[in-house]
Amino acid sequence: MRKVVITGIGIVSPIGADKSAFWESLAVGRSGIGPITKVDTAELRFKNAAEVKGFDASSHFDERQMMMLDPFAHFGIVAAREAITDAGFAADEKFGSRVGIVTGSCLGGKETEDAFFYDLYANKKNRVPPIAIPRSMSNSVASHVSMEFGVTGATFTTSTACSSANHAIGQAFWLIRQGTLDAAIAGGSEAPLCYGNLKAWEAMRVVSPDTCRPFSSDRNGMILGEGGAMLMLETEESALKRGTKIYAEVAGFGMSADAHHLTMPLAEGAARAMQNALDDARLSPAEVGYINAHGTATQANDVMESNAIRLVFGDHTDSIAVSSTKSMHGHTLGAAGALEAAATVLGLHNELLPPTANFTELDPEIKLDVIAGGAREAAPGAALSNSFAFGGLNAVLAFRRYTG
Amino acid sequence: MAEGNVAEKVKQIFADYKKIEPADVSTNATFEELGFDSLDGLNIVFELEEEFDIVIPDDKAQEMKSVGQIITEIEALLEAKDSGVEAG
Repeated sequence: MRKVVITGIGIVSPIGADKSAFWESLAVGRSGIGPITKVDTAELRFKNAAEVKGFDASSHFDERQMMMLDPFAHFGIVAAREAITDAGFAADEKFGSRVGIVTGSCLGGKETEDAFFYDLYANKKNRVPPIAIPRSMSNSVASHVSMEFGVTGATFTTSTACSSANHAIGQAFWLIRQGTLDAAIAGGSEAPLCYGNLKAWEAMRVVSPDTCRPFSSDRNGMILGEGGAMLMLETEESALKRGTKIYAEVAGFGMSADAHHLTMPLAEGAARAMQNALDDARLSPAEVGYINAHGTATQANDVMESNAIRLVFGDHTDSIAVSSTKSMHGHTLGAAGALEAAATVLGLHNELLPPTANFTELDPEIKLDVIAGGAREAAPGAALSNSFAFGGLNAVLAFRRYTG
Repeated sequence: MAEGNVAEKVKQIFADYKKIEPADVSTNATFEELGFDSLDGLNIVFELEEEFDIVIPDDKAQEMKSVGQIITEIEALLEAKDSGVEAG
């Protein structure tokens, strides 16, 4: 069976607008959560989010491109460009038919829709700009990246709420492993900080009024974030032939559905996805030393996730370090799995596991070794990255530390 | 707003949501007894905010587990609103 490795990482995030800045923040546990500046929060019950800072889209795209792109596409395309060049390919590389793209997005171009529909309903305009549809379609990142880099192999987009990016990376991984593709750009991006969408999240009553404290007894909800992350995946053979660096091996992928409830997660469903990822990777539970948790800091998720990990790993759970990097980059919905895969892979590569920021005291109902108070030096053989979505759709990626 | 009026309106909202008669909504009924899950609870809180033109804070919403509790809470929020005090 073909081995698939990660050779490039690209990031636009609230804790760094490129891969290096992102990792520097993770390594020191710096949170990007702060007051929302993109919209007026006067009539919102929550005022904080994790916004992308230090990123000027117009320095990455010309005027014509800016007209065609929603912010979620800015994040996704810039992340893809970085992943490609980070993997040692040229900035004007033309990849052809053995390379594909799989991107995840929960909302697509929601900011575009919010603005254009506001004009329609509130400002009583009678028409919407013709660019509305192509700018807001969820596959716009995949399409733009395919055109920019001449990618003509399997290219598509997954939308499974908060699991979108993990489903995307998992599909890309399988397409390479089974021989359909030799390489793929995979990840996700999201720009959820527009007024209509923030109001919709307010109604869900799961957003924290201050900050995101995963697994902490005083946690009071999630914090929304925006951004994008892309990985360059290719066969180990191709990476070795090109002589490029290898961050980690994508070892396995597992999915499941809870078949239970739209918004209440089920430990058995999450556990099945983790077990499927281990089986797919031919990993024994004892090899796993780190889990980048879904860890939203909602009451429901964190206890459920602790129970699910215990279901799969039993007593070995005590030997697994767990953190939720959402405490720093926020919950970026359809991009979450991609940012967290990047955090996991960089952690394995740098032998430093990112911490859970804002953590005060472990919830007594949660039985996990939560990394808090700073990153932890460790070199586990394998790690999981969990994503569990509203609607009960779970996707888990398994990575092996690459030792050559 | 008269107190009895609040109870009546709250029961009507539950009755409309459950497609039952208001008389069948007991003041003591819990969400569980009414067969409500967390998403039903969110929907009811939304309906209550719309009906009474109030904002129910997240922590209060989480505490609401029965029809009677909701009536008491809504009355308190309406009183606070009438006296110009910001709730929550």
